[in-house]
Amino acid sequence: MTETVPVVDMQGISIAFPGVKALDGVDFRLFPGEVHALLGENGAGKSTLIKALTGVYAVDDGTITVMGTRQSFATPAAAQAAGISTVYQEVNLCPNLSVEENILLGREPRRRGGIHWRNVRRRAEEVLEQLQLGHIDPRSVLSSHSIAIQQLVAIARAMQVDARVLILDEPTSSLDADEVQQLFSVIRTLRDRGVAILFVSHFLEQVYEVSDRMTVLRNGRLVGEYLTPDLPRMGLISKMIGKELDALAELEEAESRRHPDRTQEVPFLRAEGLGRKGSVRDVTVTVHAGEILGLAGLLGSGRTETARLLFGADRADQGQLSIGGTARTLRTPRSAIDRGIAFSSENRKEEGLIGDLSVRDNLILALQAGKGWWRRVPRTTQDELAERFIRALDIRPSNKDSLIRDLSGGNQQKVLLARWLITDPKLLILDEPTRGIDIGAKTQIQKLISSLAADGMSVVFISAELEEVLRLSDHIAILKDRQMVADIPNDGVTMEDVMTVIAGTNA
Amino acid sequence: MSALLRHRLTWPVLALVLLLLLNQLFRADFLSVRVQDGHLFGSLIDILRNGAPTILIALGMTLVIASRGIDLSVGAVAAIAGAVSCMYIYSSPDPTSLRTAATGVAIAVVAGLVLGAWNGFLVSVIGIQPIIATLVLMTAGRGLAQLVTDGQIISVSNDSYQAIGAGFFLGLPISILIAAAAFGVAGLLTRRTALGTLIEAVGINPVASRLAGLDARTITWTVYIFSGLCAAVAGLMISSNVTAADSNNAGLYIEMDAILAVVIGGTSLAGGRYSLVGTLVGALIIQTLTTTVYTLGIPPEATLVFKALVVIIVCLLQSSRARTLLGRRRRPVTEQSQVEVAV
Repeated sequence: MTETVPVVDMQGISIAFPGVKALDGVDFRLFPGEVHALLGENGAGKSTLIKALTGVYAVDDGTITVMGTRQSFATPAAAQAAGISTVYQEVNLCPNLSVEENILLGREPRRRGGIHWRNVRRRAEEVLEQLQLGHIDPRSVLSSHSIAIQQLVAIARAMQVDARVLILDEPTSSLDADEVQQLFSVIRTLRDRGVAILFVSHFLEQVYEVSDRMTVLRNGRLVGEYLTPDLPRMGLISKMIGKELDALAELEEAESRRHPDRTQEVPFLRAEGLGRKGSVRDVTVTVHAGEILGLAGLLGSGRTETARLLFGADRADQGQLSIGGTARTLRTPRSAIDRGIAFSSENRKEEGLIGDLSVRDNLILALQAGKGWWRRVPRTTQDELAERFIRALDIRPSNKDSLIRDLSGGNQQKVLLARWLITDPKLLILDEPTRGIDIGAKTQIQKLISSLAADGMSVVFISAELEEVLRLSDHIAILKDRQMVADIPNDGVTMEDVMTVIAGTNA
Repeated sequence: MSALLRHRLTWPVLALVLLLLLNQLFRADFLSVRVQDGHLFGSLIDILRNGAPTILIALGMTLVIASRGIDLSVGAVAAIAGAVSCMYIYSSPDPTSLRTAATGVAIAVVAGLVLGAWNGFLVSVIGIQPIIATLVLMTAGRGLAQLVTDGQIISVSNDSYQAIGAGFFLGLPISILIAAAAFGVAGLLTRRTALGTLIEAVGINPVASRLAGLDARTITWTVYIFSGLCAAVAGLMISSNVTAADSNNAGLYIEMDAILAVVIGGTSLAGGRYSLVGTLVGALIIQTLTTTVYTLGIPPEATLVFKALVVIIVCLLQSSRARTLLGRRRRPVTEQSQVEVAV
């Protein structure tokens, strides 16, 4: 952490998009042999800054100096050639290729004009070994692995080249605690070798655990650069959101949820022993109107699978489901939606967004799908709804005609939430609605969930952050190894209690 | 000005205008349209009339491609439509009456709808990849048409039938009017209802569309049936124009022209956002090219190469990456939109 020459020095970087100034005169330095955390809310400009550094976006103004040389990368490949490797938030690999092909894609060792497959295998194995990922078969197809493993493969790919700078954009959002530790040990090894690591994460504990220095952005502007030990957590949060007291008040408010007793009423949804071969089993849950059911469990424990069964995205082949007291079989999402059930997937990019359509079209999609193609939602109604929900959920930029793929992750998430809220569902299933988004948006979404429940909507809430599940839920269903093992009312339940159930050996 | 340059229709329209001007250079009366016997005549009218089948088929193709599919069977469907209608008229006891012609047309249209539904079934219910599913009918369809006509070229002489491809109404060729009507109906149907947006949604992200409650199956059926309908009407035009059904050659390679028209019109083969107007311009470019070949007196053996050259130039003009190479400054574009033009 000595003040040597920065390996990357960005000065006065500005980038404008149609209608938005994404970055406005931002300075950023990255030193060799340290982990530098880049922090800020959604839309603060973190991703844009990274894309400017890696040659994805051309900068409108400012200079980028890498290892003493002025650079303006025209392509990501040029940035890579200069020693800057990146792992993006969403896994950007080819799911239909093998692990080894993905790791060496575009940099395959060659022999006599062809690819030297034996060397491909050897180098893939080497780099996996370095990351203590020797258990991954380099020949296996990437899509046969969980998102967590795919993420680690993406990191292996980034480290395969002799990178001087490694950029990790939300690398931990899909990883469980063990995998995070594994990643951190790799990060530390690389740091000690003199690699400069740019680390973006919304998990502040992780930032404090692994980073040496941090830079905070807000609304496309630089707030400041700090040494991690010098900036306590509360100070950091207030610099990120810029309004310390408000945010704290919001957190407090979200925390003070009451859990009314509704055991006497007919539940909105009741599942008994619901399951699907190879997916999840023994799901027995009850959700009353106005109740929040939390699903807790480790990554891969069957949380998402449970949600998909309740929504008809996968068809159950065991157990019973009743909605509003009547037995039902959900064959398709459509049949679930017709009964007032909505589902927001954890996988925004693949299962939520229609990237090339506008915010308005995305907002209106579920409502329109319910009406069928013939009865179009009138344009004026579309505009009214879009404007109302953009205001209500504070979606930015507030232009309903922007393409949704140009929005930041948190704002995309809000659009997807609004897509369902417009249909006025009775049960809202939210799979990781706060994953990969910043504290401000997270609090907003948590508050929104509480108030929806207070208005009588039932919610099934899934989150990898146990703390969040405990704060919001009335009931907590705990899953373990693709099986539901407990359903406990949330009065005074602590994280340790849930951990004990998850860790317990008997079902 | 820069907004105009970025508009996705600018380059195709420019290409079309340049092609027309090129023709004018070689034939001074090229752009003139005159009235003769109460009908409009001229090269421009010829382009529209000869291009009508391609325009129709390209319309249907646009929606299929927007939904992430492709329909290779349109040429075969056109041949079948011509075959069944001509065969009906030929073998009917009263082969010259309007009634017979109308029945023949109705049979052909129904055949088109059924064949479109078959494609839609293979793609949406069975889940076969569109290119394979429609390849089945592309090859089998010509066989079917030959079975219908017994391998012969069936000539008919029915004035009402002939009017579809060669007749005039209010001074304009009827085939142009039909194509224009189909264009209008398709435009209204997709943009006045939600069909257009839903087709795009399915084309851009089928998984997310399903989870949003969209019935992708119905959408898929609809686009293939519409494509079958367009192909059948185009087949009627083609056979009516020559008053015969030629199962081997009617609509041969027209699927390629249609796909090309869609791509030139700025609709990505990867599905998603589409432009019917773009397709119209694309189809006109292709038809104008054919005319240009004759105007310039290019030897027939070089025709295909010449067409290919022009198409490549148009595609290059449309690709933002190629324009960058020509020296324009790169804007921050997302990776996805770059892929779109690269396809």
